Amino acid sequence: MPSRPPVRPPGTRGRGAWRGYVYVLPAFLVYVAFAVLPALHTAYLSLFEWDGVTLGEWVGLGNYQEILQDSVLRRSVFNALVLVVFFSFVPIALGLAMTGLLARYRRPGMGAYRFLFMLPQVIPLVAVGVTWRWLYGDDGLVNQAFRTVGLDGVTRAWLGDFDAALVAVGLVGTWVLSGLCMMLFLSGVQKVDPSLYEAARLDGAGPVREFVSVTLPHLRGELAVAMTVTTVAALASFDIVYVTTNGGPGEQTTVPGLLVYRLAFSEGKVGLAAALAVVLGCLILAIVYLINRLSRTET
Amino acid sequence: MTGAMTTATRSERWSGYGLLTIMAIAVVIPFLSVFLASVQPAGTPVVGLTWPERWSWDNYQQAWSVAGFSDLIRHSLIIAVGVVPACLVLAALAGYALGTMRLPGGNAVAAFFIAGLTIPVELIVVPLYFDLRGLGLTNSYLGVILVEIALFMPFSVFWMRTHFQSTPQSLVEAARIDGASSATILLRVLLPLARPSLMTLGLLVFMWSWNQFLLVLVLIQDTTRHTAPAGLGFFVGQNTTDIPTLAAGTIIVMLPILILFVVFQRSFIAGLLQGAMKG
Repeated sequence: MPSRPPVRPPGTRGRGAWRGYVYVLPAFLVYVAFAVLPALHTAYLSLFEWDGVTLGEWVGLGNYQEILQDSVLRRSVFNALVLVVFFSFVPIALGLAMTGLLARYRRPGMGAYRFLFMLPQVIPLVAVGVTWRWLYGDDGLVNQAFRTVGLDGVTRAWLGDFDAALVAVGLVGTWVLSGLCMMLFLSGVQKVDPSLYEAARLDGAGPVREFVSVTLPHLRGELAVAMTVTTVAALASFDIVYVTTNGGPGEQTTVPGLLVYRLAFSEGKVGLAAALAVVLGCLILAIVYLINRLSRTET
Repeated sequence: MTGAMTTATRSERWSGYGLLTIMAIAVVIPFLSVFLASVQPAGTPVVGLTWPERWSWDNYQQAWSVAGFSDLIRHSLIIAVGVVPACLVLAALAGYALGTMRLPGGNAVAAFFIAGLTIPVELIVVPLYFDLRGLGLTNSYLGVILVEIALFMPFSVFWMRTHFQSTPQSLVEAARIDGASSATILLRVLLPLARPSLMTLGLLVFMWSWNQFLLVLVLIQDTTRHTAPAGLGFFVGQNTTDIPTLAAGTIIVMLPILILFVVFQRSFIAGLLQGAMKG
């Protein structure tokens, strides 16, 4: 963020400078009352064992200890990190590959593509989840496709399969986020001076070389943004998981968000749910901070 | 550009477009599959991507009235109508002050707002339920509206602040010399110029509000008051076999945002990409 020196304009406006805060106040109050304070309240609740009804009991960091020891809770964090591969790494790799292929050209007809690739971004994730639940079902498109090519042995209820469920959920994320990554990179690459590509070609650079030495260095900002957005989407993937698998089969696709909901509102373990929410919040904050730090120091 | 064209191989260009088309098809097919399932006559077993023998819109009728999707849509609209104008007004006011005035500690306050961009719903939803229940704001649209405004405030303030920072300072100075108060400057000079930014912000906020799921699931436990996504999520749990009605319901839930996206795609896409970049 650009920090402006706190120079006061000369003359009358000394104490009057504070008056501008009148404009900030309404937004500030709503934000603090319904987002910041609840977040702090979560941290406070995480120090208690509380069923939501009777009086809570102070347990200090006990809930956090339980997160480290409980296999289901640990599993949920692990699953979230697996989802990062599908929500983040794969879409970014796909987006970069496409950008590498298309960077150099004027791209007629991109409008229609842009519309389609951004489409999964705007529709409710719940609707996305319901759609994929149907595609992955016994009679869904995925099995139909396998049957058509004669691979009947592969067909299964994908979301109910112990080995396949997490990957299946992950691929939904890939479907949602690949277009966004691609569009981010393609719009970023427009800043590149076309003569750079010409120069690279004249120097005898192949497509790969050209991508690494011309395209990629210009996409540092976009890359950081894509990593941040997709990683946060993977870690806070409640909507998709809730409607596709609800964490099953077993605990194969359980994610922290799902457990926060379940622990607090059906199992009466409010303190533990709060602690898990804090862990999730810190994980997101740490990753966002790390990505931004790295992308900045390298420039 | 033409130079690059001649030195580049044609095959690269076509393989690029070929892959783009394959990916575009991959995006479309799930939608197509749901749509085709939604127009199958009720009671027919549906498989994958099947062209219906007879087109039937009865499922939409069924989903709209019997399964209650008309109510769900209405509830979602009530919430969005509460959230969008409030977000725009609050963000315009705060963005104006933080973007054009030299407030003591203004940058710290702006950073405080921006820090909220990383707050996931999961982090706040548990105490919100208990706190709002105490205030009688669970099972109420007002409760959801207030929390959504708060959740979208970091981005909204940030967006409007960035907008006002980019308007020429000379405009403000000139108006001030003419004796205009700070409120007049905002209303008469800056807001008319801010319409495109406000429009994009309004669309994004509407979309986030429409798509919000976890918050509604927790704060509105009364299923007769659910919003469209929450109702759809609940409906899935109840009716796993009635694929055509479920598909029609899914389309109904997507349709409003889809129409907005088609009409305002420029604003939407610019907002999503710039918003991501700036955030």
